[in-house]
Amino acid sequence: MAQKSIKFSRSPLLSERLPPWRQRLVLVVLLSAFVTLIARSLYLQGFNNEFLGDKGRARFERVLDISATRGRITDRHGDVLAVSTPVRSIWAIPEDAQLAPAQARSLAALLDMDVREINRKLASEREFVYVKRQLPPELADRVTALQLPGIHQKNEYRRYYPAGEVMAHMLGFTGVEDAGQEGIELTFNEQLSGKAGSRRVIKDRRGNVVEDVESIHPPLEGKDIVLAMDSKVQYLAYSHLKHALEEHRAKAGGVVVLDARSGEILALANLPTYNPNNRVKLIGAQLRNRALTDTFEPGSTLKPFTVALALEKGKVRFNTPIQTAPGRMTIGTATISDAHMHGVLTVAQVIQKSSNIGAAKIALSMTPDEMWTMFDGMGFGAPLKLGFPGEVGGRLRPAKSWRPIEQATMAYGHGISVTLIQLARAYQAFARDGDLVPISLARLDAPPANGKQVFSAQTAQEVRAMLEMAVLPGGTAPKAQIAGYRVAGKTGTAHKLEGGAYANKYVAAFVGFAPASEPRLIVAVMIDEPSNGKYYGGDVAAPVFAQVMAGSLRTLGVAPDAPLKPLVMTSVEPVREEM
Amino acid sequence: MTVARLNLILVMIALACALSAVSANHRARKLYTELEAVQKRMRDLEVEWGQLQLEQSTLAAHVRVEKAAREKLGMKPPAPGRIISVDPVPGN
Repeated sequence: MAQKSIKFSRSPLLSERLPPWRQRLVLVVLLSAFVTLIARSLYLQGFNNEFLGDKGRARFERVLDISATRGRITDRHGDVLAVSTPVRSIWAIPEDAQLAPAQARSLAALLDMDVREINRKLASEREFVYVKRQLPPELADRVTALQLPGIHQKNEYRRYYPAGEVMAHMLGFTGVEDAGQEGIELTFNEQLSGKAGSRRVIKDRRGNVVEDVESIHPPLEGKDIVLAMDSKVQYLAYSHLKHALEEHRAKAGGVVVLDARSGEILALANLPTYNPNNRVKLIGAQLRNRALTDTFEPGSTLKPFTVALALEKGKVRFNTPIQTAPGRMTIGTATISDAHMHGVLTVAQVIQKSSNIGAAKIALSMTPDEMWTMFDGMGFGAPLKLGFPGEVGGRLRPAKSWRPIEQATMAYGHGISVTLIQLARAYQAFARDGDLVPISLARLDAPPANGKQVFSAQTAQEVRAMLEMAVLPGGTAPKAQIAGYRVAGKTGTAHKLEGGAYANKYVAAFVGFAPASEPRLIVAVMIDEPSNGKYYGGDVAAPVFAQVMAGSLRTLGVAPDAPLKPLVMTSVEPVREEM
Repeated sequence: MTVARLNLILVMIALACALSAVSANHRARKLYTELEAVQKRMRDLEVEWGQLQLEQSTLAAHVRVEKAAREKLGMKPPAPGRIISVDPVPGN
């Protein structure tokens, strides 16, 4: 069939007139299609952009928490005293954890638990139960390898205290959330605890982090704290105190060692104590940091302050004779006494023999105001503000309320109460040349400049000489002597106040320093209720002082200032101090 | 003719740029994964260091040392008469 071809341009169809509405219809349809597309894209790109962007990011971006580790606590030489290490806790959603008997058995074997106990925990109605807390990570990894349903793990930190009970009171401990609850852990909690951070990353299909998008909060690692404490000195203080408590069957005790030059606390031991690594069955008595939180009547350890004030005010001199016969003295309606009659004593001998009458007579030559100002200046009656939890200030009543008898007894440390650390700190005035520097828990890089002058240098030197006499034969504490070093110190023995009356229970104390020629260390010892026959400070507390002091001086490498020869302990009993 | 050629060259350049961007990104991610692994190792080592320090402190605890010195090695503090004090040499 032959067809006659025609050219397109000459097609008769082209010359056909179409109705104009068809053309317009096509135009409108096409235009409306475009408008729809534009509107849709505007909606997606403009108005709804944020929502869609978030959805997209949620599919590949993750926010990771970066945990911060709690800082370490070290002693002054860098020995670790407290450190946090990661541990893992195994927890379960009981509803999901349907374990086959074999699975439960293998879990029990790994966790060293009884199968029945695990089954009991998993039968719980709750939505969340801990199966076992604080496991070593290697063990936790083996639990992961079991691939048990409904069993999960949580990263946690656990704090370890390698020195255990030796430093328990000083360091304190942290609670479940790794926050400080006691001691240094609480005092320095802000510096020690870091701040957890977080960052946003892109993860691939297999969960690997492929790109760091941004760090939202950089983590803040906890700072390490370097204490002034010397762990060797601390150990000496702790072990000798422990032996003394056992020997004298005492209820409690405390030892404080201060660096006389810098005011740093080198050791602080209390008994009874506890093991901070295992704190089940703790009782309040074990937790108390007695050296800071318990006050006691210091007894004769306060006599040197009375004498120093009298020297300072020019009321007496080193050798001024004081009549202490007949060993009794009535002030108002009360009578104070010395158990032994000493006759005429010099001021220095009043300290050496610890005469109550002598100290009372010296005190009564001054006004209550003068004495109050001095006691207040020594830091008695107000907390030292170390920032330690539970620190107390002791009792020092305002001078206006003192009756003469009270002024007299206060001269030898009754009617006033102090903490052991206050007492040790106040003896700085004699160990240094009459000034007091603030005491410090943390190691100091440079010794502090001269502190607050409370006595003149000459007064301090004279009292130091008197205190040296007290530990020599003829004084109250020959047992405080140390081979190779000159020692100065004062005993104190006080009846305990119980319900407002003095009971037949005692507190034995000794505070002293060495080497006397250039004091380096101050050691204060307090032993509460020694009940094995001996209770005098010179018998109970002084030997602890001597052992701690001798060991510490050797540890610190302090040069001896006396010839090294065996000590001559006089066979005669030491002079009994008065109470 | 020349315009078509220029176009071809430009297309080639654009393609090369695109490919190099892809490979750079890939390399960056690979390096990042490596960095990540090294940082994890650093954290692990830090943890291990803490544990070793703990172990050292536990082993060097004075209670343990004293016990070993007294019981195992039979050591005791020297009597005062047997100690000789050596003065530091002046100038040292």
